[in-house]
Amino acid sequence: MGDTPSTHDSSPADGDMTLGQRAAVDAVLALHRGRPGALLPILHGIQDALGWVPPAALPSIARALDLGRAEVHGVVSFYHHFRSTPPGRHVVRLCRAEACQALGARALEAHVKQVLGIDWHGTTADGALTLEPVYCLGNCGCGPSLLVDDDGLHARVTPASFDALVAELRR
Amino acid sequence: MSLPAASMPLRVYVSRDASALALGADATARAIEAVARERGIAIDLVRTGSRGMFWLEPLVEVEVATNGASTRIGYGPVAARDVAGLFDAGFTRAGAHPARVGPVESLDWLARQDRLCFARVGVTDPLGIADYVAHGGFRGLRNALAMAPADIVKVVIDSGLRGRGGAAFPTGLKWKTVLDAPVTQPAAGPQPSKYVVCNADEGDSGTFSDRMLMEGDPLCLVEGMTIAGIAVGATQGYIYLRSEYPHARRALDAAIANAYAAGWLGADIRGSGRRFDLEVRIGAGAYICGEETSLLDSLEGKRGQVRFKPPLPAIKGLFGRPTVVNNVISLASVPLILERGAAYYRDYGVGRSRGTLPIQLAGNLKRTGLVEKAFGVTLRELLYDWGGGSYSGRPIRAVQVGGPLGAYLPESQFDTPLDYEAFASIGAMLGHGGIVAFDDSVDMAEQARHAMEFCAVESCGKCTPCRIGSTRGVEVLDRLRAGIDRERQLALLEDLCTTMRHASLCALGGLTPDPVTSALKHFREDFGISTPRE
Repeated sequence: MGDTPSTHDSSPADGDMTLGQRAAVDAVLALHRGRPGALLPILHGIQDALGWVPPAALPSIARALDLGRAEVHGVVSFYHHFRSTPPGRHVVRLCRAEACQALGARALEAHVKQVLGIDWHGTTADGALTLEPVYCLGNCGCGPSLLVDDDGLHARVTPASFDALVAELRR
Repeated sequence: MSLPAASMPLRVYVSRDASALALGADATARAIEAVARERGIAIDLVRTGSRGMFWLEPLVEVEVATNGASTRIGYGPVAARDVAGLFDAGFTRAGAHPARVGPVESLDWLARQDRLCFARVGVTDPLGIADYVAHGGFRGLRNALAMAPADIVKVVIDSGLRGRGGAAFPTGLKWKTVLDAPVTQPAAGPQPSKYVVCNADEGDSGTFSDRMLMEGDPLCLVEGMTIAGIAVGATQGYIYLRSEYPHARRALDAAIANAYAAGWLGADIRGSGRRFDLEVRIGAGAYICGEETSLLDSLEGKRGQVRFKPPLPAIKGLFGRPTVVNNVISLASVPLILERGAAYYRDYGVGRSRGTLPIQLAGNLKRTGLVEKAFGVTLRELLYDWGGGSYSGRPIRAVQVGGPLGAYLPESQFDTPLDYEAFASIGAMLGHGGIVAFDDSVDMAEQARHAMEFCAVESCGKCTPCRIGSTRGVEVLDRLRAGIDRERQLALLEDLCTTMRHASLCALGGLTPDPVTSALKHFREDFGISTPRE
């Protein structure tokens, strides 16, 4: 990529996306044009559509908002929610915070990592599941808690109920 | 209230609060509809917020007429597989069943609360304007529309309301600062000159009152924010909601759309000539964005890094304009204050802590949930009378109040009343009112290490004591737990905590030492230290 040291990068280095991804990014950019503080809504829009924010999308985001590409990268990398790599078919967010700890979340965490054979941020070998830590899902009265994808909140999770859930997600 | 006549469809209530859903409320609701259809019973199934009694969720309520009044009889917990049995037992006529708990509002757990802010949560359809108005909604805003801005601010000051997000700064004084703030920059084009921002980035573990309110009575937040806008002269509001709350997002979006459609938001609120627009913005998993200046940077589309203060957000906030930043519960407390007057609210509470606090019982307790109570109730009453002791059946050993930056309290401090000043006097804080109980299997040295680790993960990186200190803290605690040169580690840890406490830019680095030093002070044996210090 022919990078130049200018702050406002205008290099057309968007080549690493598929046509479908390109179209999704363009649609999101068009939707939020002119909106104050549009960067987070744009990143959410792209991740909601694609499951991640492809680094190849950053130059066009930067151009649309008149920002430097480094600034956009800085924002993407600051927030735990945004991914720069594609996730597995499902994302499992397991709560590590105190209220869940009080109900055995540490033992559950060890079980989950062992059963899936991955650490935090990892994806299982079959591409089914990505494991992310989360600090509180607001389900603190009924922990341990986990969230599957966008809104599959689970309460009182035990190693056994986790195994059943994984079998279901893999089906 | 009109009674459901015999020919009217029977009204049945099931929560759609996220915790209730996590416990199976959707499956229960579907089963109720299926069985009713099968048996030819006409029912009107209303999905509400949660009453906040999680051990009873999924809670099914049925409306029956008794002695000329309508009463809601509860059954809980009711799993989908229990539903056919519930119909067999005649629950539609409040029939006997092992899960029957009786008239819900007479349950001791609820009857002994002071539900001001949460009066409608679990009772009404959260999204319906008509139901909201029928239960007292928009009365506060109607009053506010007829008042001068300075008079609205005065009512809020006189109510004694303090910020429920944790810092407990008087809400009315913040509003007065924004009302009086000159707009220094010329208004360029259509940009609003002032803003109201709701901090709905409820990231503290053990807290969920914001979530429950937003899911269970989102119009109350809409009304509170609109009153704030009218009071300070702001025409644009933003709700900064954490991405971990998808159910709250849907409820807010729907409630806001309904409010616009009914003329309670927009360019001319109910013909008053006053404008207020409102929009939900979603965070992205950064705990620090619960700090108000980080939140503002995030709303502007930047990394959520803490700003230096001054200038205060009330003078120079969102996009450089004077901005009210208030927590969900602070804003949702305002409609009632404007409806009933400052004295009504101020008459609840003790000392300088006026009104009520929606307390969240979490962690290892038998009966967890939402207890809204006037300030002054003790920790012990909450843990045992409401909470019923530990979930595991073992003794409660430690309690963390006020989120991950709150101190750990031992049993000897359980008689502390919930009151901002009383908590400050024992080196603790009430924060957002979350109470997390641990039984005697807890390793307090591990909890102390977690506090430092959490700070390291969530630090925004702007100031060194927080960014570097938290990582050093994890290392020191690892050595301490491994028994390597204990006295030296203890001295280092104390030094590090002092530095973080006094030299950090915001409360994340500044308060992380609290759970660490309180654990060390009250639970020394867990750190391998047998002799008490001092």
